[in-house]
Amino acid sequence: MQALYAQLLVGLINGSFYALLSLGLAVIFGMLNIINFAHGALYMMGAFCAYFLLNVAGIGYWPALIIAPIAVGIFGMILERTMLQWLSGLDHLYGLLLTFGIALIVQGVFQNYFGSSGLPYAIPDELKGGMNLGFMFLPVYRGWVVVFSLVVCLLTWYLIERTRLGAYLRAATENPTLVRAFGINVPRMITLTYGLGVGLAALAGVLSAPINQVRPLMGADLIIVVFAVVVIGGMGSIMGSIITGFALGVIEGLTKYFYPEASNTVVFVLMVLVLLVKPSGLTGRAT
Amino acid sequence: MKTRIVTSLLLATALSLAAGSFAMAQDKTVKIGVLTDNSGLYSDLGGAGSTLAAQMAVEDSGLAAKGWKIDVISADHQNKPDIGTAIARQWVDVEKVDIFMDVLNSGVALAVNNLVKEKNSIMINTGAASSDLTNAQCSPNTIHWVYDTYMLANSTGQALVKADGDTWFFLTADYAFGAALERDTTAVVVKSGGKVLGAVKHPLNSSDFSSFLLQAQASKAKIIGLANAGGDTTNAIKQAAEFGIVASGQKLAGLLLFITDVHALGLNVAQGLNFTETFYWDLNDGTRAFSKRFSDRAKNKAEPSMVQAGVYSGLVHYFKALEAMGGNPHDGAKVIAKMKEMPTDDPLFGKGSIRADGRKIHPAYLFEVKKPSESKGPWDYYKLIGTTPGEQAFRPLSESACPLVKK
Repeated sequence: MQALYAQLLVGLINGSFYALLSLGLAVIFGMLNIINFAHGALYMMGAFCAYFLLNVAGIGYWPALIIAPIAVGIFGMILERTMLQWLSGLDHLYGLLLTFGIALIVQGVFQNYFGSSGLPYAIPDELKGGMNLGFMFLPVYRGWVVVFSLVVCLLTWYLIERTRLGAYLRAATENPTLVRAFGINVPRMITLTYGLGVGLAALAGVLSAPINQVRPLMGADLIIVVFAVVVIGGMGSIMGSIITGFALGVIEGLTKYFYPEASNTVVFVLMVLVLLVKPSGLTGRAT
Repeated sequence: MKTRIVTSLLLATALSLAAGSFAMAQDKTVKIGVLTDNSGLYSDLGGAGSTLAAQMAVEDSGLAAKGWKIDVISADHQNKPDIGTAIARQWVDVEKVDIFMDVLNSGVALAVNNLVKEKNSIMINTGAASSDLTNAQCSPNTIHWVYDTYMLANSTGQALVKADGDTWFFLTADYAFGAALERDTTAVVVKSGGKVLGAVKHPLNSSDFSSFLLQAQASKAKIIGLANAGGDTTNAIKQAAEFGIVASGQKLAGLLLFITDVHALGLNVAQGLNFTETFYWDLNDGTRAFSKRFSDRAKNKAEPSMVQAGVYSGLVHYFKALEAMGGNPHDGAKVIAKMKEMPTDDPLFGKGSIRADGRKIHPAYLFEVKKPSESKGPWDYYKLIGTTPGEQAFRPLSESACPLVKK
C-alpha cells in the first residue's frame, strides 16, 4: 500500500510536466488553430537556455525560470511572425508539417553541437534534499515542481477563461473580423498567444533541467505522449488538458508499478479507447 | 536503323570494357559500412565518432599507397532492428559493402548477425553488448571486439559482491541487451554467493526512472544493478541521487558505462561509481597518442569511447589480414578465418587474439570514477583499480555453446 502512495505521487510529478506542455499546446491550438509540433523542441530550448544562463552568464535557476520562458517565447513569436502567420486559414496539415520541420531543424542543430548524452544541470541549493513522508522519500525539488506547475496552470486557465484579455482572445478566435472592428489588433494578440504557449513549454523545460539531463532529444521523447494527452483531453480545451495531464501522469505511474513493460504504451492505448468512445476527447466539444 | 545498331554495339563494348576493368580493380576495393546510432541515445558513444575512427584507421593503414581503394560509408539504424537489417541488406546487395563496423545495440546486432552470415559478409561488432554474439548465436562471419555482457558481469559483478554487495536488484532495459546483461550478472552474483532479490524491466529510452527507483529502494537490496546503457543509465544515476538512494546506503552498479556517460553526468554525480571498460584514453602512451589525434577531429573535442576505439582497432587488424591475403577481400568467412589465425596487436588494446567463437581477447579494466578534487580537467575521470587478464575476462571456451568451438 505504501508503495502505491509513492507511485501515485511520482505519477503526479510526471503529470505536472504533461499538464504544462499540453496546456501550451491547447492554448496554441485553441487560439491559433495550429498543431504545434515544435513544442517539444521549444521545451528543449527552455532547458538549454537555463543551462547557458548558468554556465555562460552565471545566472542561476530562479532568474532562469523567468528569463528562459521570455527568451524562448520571443523566439516563438519571431517564428509566428515570419512563418506561421501565413498559414492561417489553411488546412491544419500545413501548420503541422511546418512546425514538425522546425522541430527537426532545431533538434538537429542542437544535436550537432551538443551530442546526444546531454549536459548536467544541478538542482538549486534551496531545493536540495528531501522529506521523509513515511511511505516515501520525496525530493524537495519534485514537490516544488508539482506545486509550481499547478499554480502556473491555474493562472493560465484564469487568464484565458476569466479575464477581459482572455475574453478578447476567445472572441478573436470566433470572429477575427468583428473583433478587429472594435479596434483590437488581432494579429498582435495571436502572436502574443503563441509566445505564451511557447513560454509555457520553455518553463517546463527549465523545470525539468535539474531532473533529467539537458539533452537535444528530451522534447522529442516527450512530445508524442503530450500529443496523446491533448487528444484525450480534447483539443483546445484548457481545463481538459490540465486535468488530463495530471491524470495520465498518475495512470502511467501506476502502470510502471503493476506492469512496467507497458508504461510507455499505456497512454496510447487510452488514447485509442477515448477516440473510439468520444472522438472529440473527454472535454472537447463536438465540431 | 543502322546507326542505332552501331550505337548500341559501341555502348555494349564500352560497358563490357568498364565492367572488365571494374572486375580487375575489384580485387583491391573495400567498402566499410559503419552501421550505428547517429541520432539517438547512443550516438555519442558510437555515431559520428565511430565513422571518424574508421576513417582514421583507413588513413593510418597506408593501404591507399599500395593500390587499395577503401571507402567508408555510414548509416543510422535508429536502434531499430528492422531498419538496421533493411540498411544492411541494401548495403550488401546494392552498395557492395564488405565489412560492417560498430553495429551497437544488441537487438540490431543480433538481427544483422544473421544477415551477415547468410550473405557471407563480415561484422566486427564493437558496440553491442550481448554475449550471445559469440555464444549460441556465434557465426563464422562475426567477431565481437570490445566487450560483452559476460565480461562486464564477471568483472564488475564479482568485484561488488566481494565488497559485501551480496544482495541485488536490477533495473533492466527491456530488450535483448538488458536481458543478456541481467542474466549474465545474475549468474555471477549467485555463483559468488550473493542473492538477487528482484528486477524491473523499463522501456528503452525512458526519461523518468523515479517509479523504478522506488521499487528498487523498497527491495532493500544492497546493490542496484543498472542493466541499461547510455541516456537510460545517466538518467537513472542522476535521479537515484535525487531520491537519496545512495545516501541511504544502497550502492549503484552501472554495469555498462561509457566515458561519454560520465562526461554527461559530471563528476559531482558520477564520483565513486565502479564499472568495467576495455579501453580508456589515458591508459598508456599508445592510447593517449591515438586519443589526442581523435579528439582534435571529434565533435566537441570528445575523447574516444571504447566502442569508437574498437572500430579503429578492429579495422587495423582487418587491414593486416587483407595485406596478408594480397587482395580479393570479398569472401567474408575466408577473411575472418585469416584474422583469427593472426595475433592482434595495436596501441589501443595491446596484444591479443581472436578465438574460434569470434571473441576478441584482451584485458578488462575495473575503474572508479574520480572525485572532482582528483580530476585535472575535462575527461580526466577514471582511476584504474583492477585488471583482469584477457584469458580470465571472457566466457571460457569450456562453457561455450558455440558450434564453432571444437570440444
